[in-house]
Amino acid sequence: MTAHRQKDISLDLLGITKVYPGAIALNNVSLSIRGGEVVGLVGENGAGKSTLMKVLSGAITPDGGRIVIDGEEVTSLTSARVHERGIALVHQELNPFPNLDVTANVLLGREIRRGMFGFLDQAAMERKVAPILARLDTRFGPNDAVSALSLADHQLLEIARALSIDPRLLILDEPTSSLTLSETKRLLDVIRQLSADGVAVLFITHRLAEIEEVASRVVALRDGRNAGTLGCGEITKDAMIRLMIGRDVGQFYEKAEHDPGWPVLELKGLRTKAFPQHPLDLCLRAGEILCLTGLVGAGRTELARALFGIDRIEGGALEIKGQRLADHSVPAAIAAGLCLVPEDRKTEGLFLDFSITENIAMPSHAALSRLGFVDMGAETALAEASRRKLNIKTAGLGRAAAEMSGGNQQKVVLAKWLAMKPRIIILDEPTRGIDVGAKAEVYRLMQALAADGVALLMISSDMEEVIGISDRVAVMCRGRLAGTLVRDQLTEEAILQLAVE
Amino acid sequence: MQKKDIGLATLVITVGAIVAVINPRFLSPINLANTANLIGLFGLFSIAEAFVIVTAGIELSIGSVIALIGVIFIDLIASFGVPWPIALAIAMALSLAIGLLHGWLITRLKLQPFVVTLCGLLIYRGIARFYTRDGTAGFTFGSDFPMLEYLIAGRTAGVPHSVVAFLLVAVAAWFLLHRTVLGRHLFAVGKNPEAASFAGIDTTRVVIQAYMLCTFLTGISAVFFAMYTRSVQPSSHGNFYELYGIAAAVLGGFSLRGGEGSIIGVVLGVILLQVLQNLVNLLGIPSSLNFAVMGSVILAGVIADTQFSRYRDARRQATAMAALEDGSKPQV
Repeated sequence: MTAHRQKDISLDLLGITKVYPGAIALNNVSLSIRGGEVVGLVGENGAGKSTLMKVLSGAITPDGGRIVIDGEEVTSLTSARVHERGIALVHQELNPFPNLDVTANVLLGREIRRGMFGFLDQAAMERKVAPILARLDTRFGPNDAVSALSLADHQLLEIARALSIDPRLLILDEPTSSLTLSETKRLLDVIRQLSADGVAVLFITHRLAEIEEVASRVVALRDGRNAGTLGCGEITKDAMIRLMIGRDVGQFYEKAEHDPGWPVLELKGLRTKAFPQHPLDLCLRAGEILCLTGLVGAGRTELARALFGIDRIEGGALEIKGQRLADHSVPAAIAAGLCLVPEDRKTEGLFLDFSITENIAMPSHAALSRLGFVDMGAETALAEASRRKLNIKTAGLGRAAAEMSGGNQQKVVLAKWLAMKPRIIILDEPTRGIDVGAKAEVYRLMQALAADGVALLMISSDMEEVIGISDRVAVMCRGRLAGTLVRDQLTEEAILQLAVE
Repeated sequence: MQKKDIGLATLVITVGAIVAVINPRFLSPINLANTANLIGLFGLFSIAEAFVIVTAGIELSIGSVIALIGVIFIDLIASFGVPWPIALAIAMALSLAIGLLHGWLITRLKLQPFVVTLCGLLIYRGIARFYTRDGTAGFTFGSDFPMLEYLIAGRTAGVPHSVVAFLLVAVAAWFLLHRTVLGRHLFAVGKNPEAASFAGIDTTRVVIQAYMLCTFLTGISAVFFAMYTRSVQPSSHGNFYELYGIAAAVLGGFSLRGGEGSIIGVVLGVILLQVLQNLVNLLGIPSSLNFAVMGSVILAGVIADTQFSRYRDARRQATAMAALEDGSKPQV
């Protein structure tokens, strides 16, 4: 991009291993990249992509393996060292400073100073930022307030920030998750230009079509290990999927036909706190797996929170088995037979420091107590029964939930609700970050519950999963329900059409 | 008993043994009874504080509540001639009302516990001083309430009744915190309020109950203190007691971040603090160093505790790594 840039980067990660208590995030993973390459990194949620990113960004230190940059072995990366080496990262989670303007956000920590007092040189900073914004063809200028920008603009802002350091290696983690089609096209063009200039690009996305379009090589991860590599001519969507899941999609999802029963959950013009302008109508039937999908920020989790009584509803009604919920609260929802397996199991679903037994028994305490005293025998019996039923793997039910793997943690969250014998279960990204084996178990459990007449509302962004398991799919887009698809209409294209306006 | 409690018990016994060796007067019946009496008095409000701390809250107005309730209790009896059981009921009702107010401000108006109870500390102290016109509330000379005095300030077989009350409260508190649903919910709300509300726990109610429990026990403690001193000087009565309570709870393993601690721990914490106080007196250490000794011991205890949990985390990590090198996935 500029004349003073050093030579092209050469980066090798060799045998990187990162272990968390009870879970292996990365197991002997290797990844190499050279200047001018565009490498697509694919893998399911929880395959280890983000952990690898964190290693590259210096946020975590690996427990094993070597990092070689420009032929020089680096023991541990720190964010300062990463920056020195010309590695720029665009994170999946956007953390802009809404109290500062665009220029200040882009150059945060690298402000241009002037004079003996080191005052900010606003004009010089804007001169530096303006061409980067022009390159990305943003709708906003250097002086705009960030608080007024949309989610897509935030994403572009993060990318501008990464470009502003003249990187030798640009790492993009899900950079297009909230971009429109034309913005995405523009970004892919920028990636091509950068690679022609000798910049290495590591591109992580679930949108395999984008990788097909720009990548010169694909590296796949599965369950924290290298799952294979695809060279220039071999990059197709099917090939990538095969590497990611390690088997054919058809075998993974056993779809049982069941007859949907009576409506058990009905939304009548329900308006959520996040999108009060869009009244929602939706009906969930007994024995049905209805999937709620859409892009990040489409309002799915917000809807789940509203249904479960965590957030207030702004209007409309929620009917369970034809009965309007009088008191809109979590205890009322649970009493009506509704429960929620939340998106973030570590903060919302579990008490990580508490024992597995206590976690499973937490909502059932009313049933497991006499005169307010906890019946510890009944508690243990419940946990033991759940362990057998859900095949929870643990050295002991008295161990802290933090010590388990993601899949087993999710089973504990499921167990605590199944103990309540719910009629409606909302599952928010139930298989995010869990290994393939546990995933299959969760799917089997969902099928079994549906066969028993339990109504399941699953929120998922994983297209394979959505298509593989749902009886019906409702697609959300910016807070409204864009449409509903029945089983034989389910294709990734049809869903995306609805999801992106 | 948790490992932490055993460590603390060992420390209490060690400190006690050292003091006893250096100055045998430590074990004299008079000294033991006096120390036990103080443990009982301070223990009541330390357990009170623990119930709030376990929810990740804090109660800073304990000392002021002790002064205010003490003044009102004595004045009702001494100046208004109210029968003492009724005065006691009024004092308890008032204590509960204060807790309800704190809980309501914290949960409904979303104020920070520190701010709410700091204001309480200032307000109740001010009211107590205004109520007595900055004088002293006390029983007039010659007045006599044998039943009340026997119950609150008396002894049975040499054991002060404050100790008896403390033990009863401690046992009840142990069952409440470690064996009841409310106890579970207190830990849950303190550890992770988000997950608690996702589990259908009414977090607002739990927090309000914690503050009411706290001020109720503080009220009991206030009556004991009032009968112990027999007159209440509201500008100094109970000053800094909230800090004693917090110190005892922290020593006893309660984390200010909430969700951790045991009643046995706080009982041992109170004992340790009083033994240290006694040590300062008996070993001829200048009493001006009193607070410094206490502070150093607490600091040492807390450092040891954090180092221990770091060691535990490192061990977990090493176990996971070892399991990986064996070629199998850790089934923990």
